[in-house]
Amino acid sequence: MTPSIQGVALNQREASVPALPRDIQTEELVFNMGPQHPSTHGVLRVVLRTDGEVVLEAQPLIGNLHRCCEKILENLTYVQGVPYVDRMDYLGSLNMELGLVLAVEKAAAIEVPKRAQYLRVILCEMNRIASHLMAAGQFGLDMGAFTPFLYMFREREEGIRLLDEVTGGRLLYHYIRYGGVTRDVSDDWIGRTAVWCDRIDAHMQEYNDLLTYNHIFLNRACGVAIIDKQTALAFGATGPILRAAGVGRDLRKDMPYSSYEDFEFDIPVGPFDKGVVGDSWSRYKQRLLEMTQSTRIIRQALDKLPEGEIQHKKVTRGWKAPAGEAYVASEAPRGEISCYFVSDGGKKPYRCRMRGPSFFNIALLEETSRGLLIGDLIALMGSIDITLGEVDR
Amino acid sequence: MIGAEPLSSSLAAWLAALFGVGATWPIQALAMLIVATGVVALVVTPVGLGGVYLERKLSGRIQNRRGPNRVGPYGLLQTLADGIKLLVQEDIVHKAADAALFRFAPYVVFLAAFTGYVVMPFAPGLTAADLDVGIFFFLAMIGIETIGVVMAGWSSNNKWSLLGSMREVAQVVSYELPLGLAAMCPVIASGSLSLNTITDMQAGPIWNWFVIRNGYWAIVMVPAFLIFYTAGLAAAKRLPFDLPEAESELVAGFHTEYSGMRFGMFFLPEYAVMLSISGVATVLFLGGYHDPFGLSAGSLAGVWWWGLIWFFLKTTVLFLLQIVLRWTLPRLRIDQVMYLCYKGLLPVAMACVVLAAVLRLL
Repeated sequence: MTPSIQGVALNQREASVPALPRDIQTEELVFNMGPQHPSTHGVLRVVLRTDGEVVLEAQPLIGNLHRCCEKILENLTYVQGVPYVDRMDYLGSLNMELGLVLAVEKAAAIEVPKRAQYLRVILCEMNRIASHLMAAGQFGLDMGAFTPFLYMFREREEGIRLLDEVTGGRLLYHYIRYGGVTRDVSDDWIGRTAVWCDRIDAHMQEYNDLLTYNHIFLNRACGVAIIDKQTALAFGATGPILRAAGVGRDLRKDMPYSSYEDFEFDIPVGPFDKGVVGDSWSRYKQRLLEMTQSTRIIRQALDKLPEGEIQHKKVTRGWKAPAGEAYVASEAPRGEISCYFVSDGGKKPYRCRMRGPSFFNIALLEETSRGLLIGDLIALMGSIDITLGEVDR
Repeated sequence: MIGAEPLSSSLAAWLAALFGVGATWPIQALAMLIVATGVVALVVTPVGLGGVYLERKLSGRIQNRRGPNRVGPYGLLQTLADGIKLLVQEDIVHKAADAALFRFAPYVVFLAAFTGYVVMPFAPGLTAADLDVGIFFFLAMIGIETIGVVMAGWSSNNKWSLLGSMREVAQVVSYELPLGLAAMCPVIASGSLSLNTITDMQAGPIWNWFVIRNGYWAIVMVPAFLIFYTAGLAAAKRLPFDLPEAESELVAGFHTEYSGMRFGMFFLPEYAVMLSISGVATVLFLGGYHDPFGLSAGSLAGVWWWGLIWFFLKTTVLFLLQIVLRWTLPRLRIDQVMYLCYKGLLPVAMACVVLAAVLRLL
């Protein structure tokens, strides 16, 4: 009998697990993991076909958080649309805003003042750090390490307070506008942000002592759930997953936008000092290393922050995007967020197709999970680090 | 002989005098029952209020938080408030569950966890029942708790619960081997299974404690103590061995479907087992209720409050160590748990037993 859940037939592909001897009567166990499960990071539903503790197949069933984001954008004016993309990847919402705004600006040929570009970079990188702290902490939490999660949240909270001070929001900011940003920063804020960057770097040692190089943690994460270069590329994976698999692709470096070319920073690429290329540990370590690079970018941007206006005058007087199209990709915390924007010259976008990283990354779950133990599957999901708001949109 | 008569014997004699009959077995059984109930009731309160409070407060400090500080002074009554909340919550037995087993399982776990205290020598004369097979009885009670957990997992009719209880069986049954073998070392050294006798063998200054007895016993007893403590962590289902309930993997493991006080009856025994494992480790290796200065064998011999202070001091240190470990370490994987048991702890424990026997003969 083909196991099926609510009419969704499970794939009958052979798993890479040796079959049990015939004389023992065994049955495969079908688990329904989520949408209410503490480790599915939102409302993801995964149907597991297992042989005891060994996962034969894990099929992610997505769509529980579908909110018609793209369709809503078509029915709103340009300015009204921006807060909606915030809600896609709610952990990296500034980067989501940037993804949309960059495409529209390109189509409408709106120039962005240099100060606004730098502010975008600073706040987006802060958002990236906040997101990575969440991802790395959550990964530890999935492995049963509660305390590092809260240590990372301590720094995340400080960063979010700084963001809150400028944008007025803690999670969903609606800060980036067409042609610039909404609010300027104070000198006092600049000083405190620099201190925060130092704190992040200083606490990195603490995370390493407590979690990264913990013996149990290494045993759990190293060499487990390997996503190799070919698989990652074939599935369109981007972001830390792809870089941990050994592909040095980062749009901030490869196709610089918003003045990223002004800053010096490195792209960490796996493998790292422990584990093998593309395993769970590398993906975790990748995020830690990227945080250090982000603090480097923030410090440079704070030092070099030019004077001037923060939003282009033309935009504040009202504008329309001329008929045409534009496609811009940018690097969000979880990978490439890109927007294909089509305008018919009206007040509203004709089409706004968003390409989110989590949607592609989650597809790796089915490919990679075969033969893992349930505990490792949880670790795999944690290390892929999906945001369901962006998978389902 | 240091230490007064066990409580139950004294009570039996008193009851016999009261009813004007001889101290026959019904009187003895009655006395034992009264004392056992008293000990369990007296232990439930400090465990429920103290253990849970300590864990919350300490984990709060570890995690840069304050911990409970709203209900009562320093949040001391928080656990009581939670207990009341659990009592008034709806007791849900869902349709697909095996209602009888489902209702019964928490009692098995609860009773097994607290019955282990019956043989615990808290202080000179403060033992509910000084059984000749005390340590054996204690280990058996830990085994019985597993049955309750399996009942809960099976009757819940929930696959996550089932998986959790299967992990519990695999884990606890495996770890009983190193646990029992490590406990054998003090048994061999003292020549007795009675926890009271084992304690009294360690009277006097600190070098009489089994863990460093006369110096040379340390080569056996230190590894045995570490094995006992580690295996005890696994028996108490504490991180890094909390796989049966592994929140991030199995939702809540075997007690996923439980609510209200039935959940509380899984929750409390966890602390009871933690504390009793620490207590037995104290008795077996750290001198039980004897102080390190030898006063309990000299001027303060048989003084119950002096013994009680030292017993709880040592037990609390081991208990706190369990809490610190829990909030520091990640969780092992099920195959790593088994690997550690069969390829790590068990061979070392066996070697310890053999070596202890050799040392005993010398």
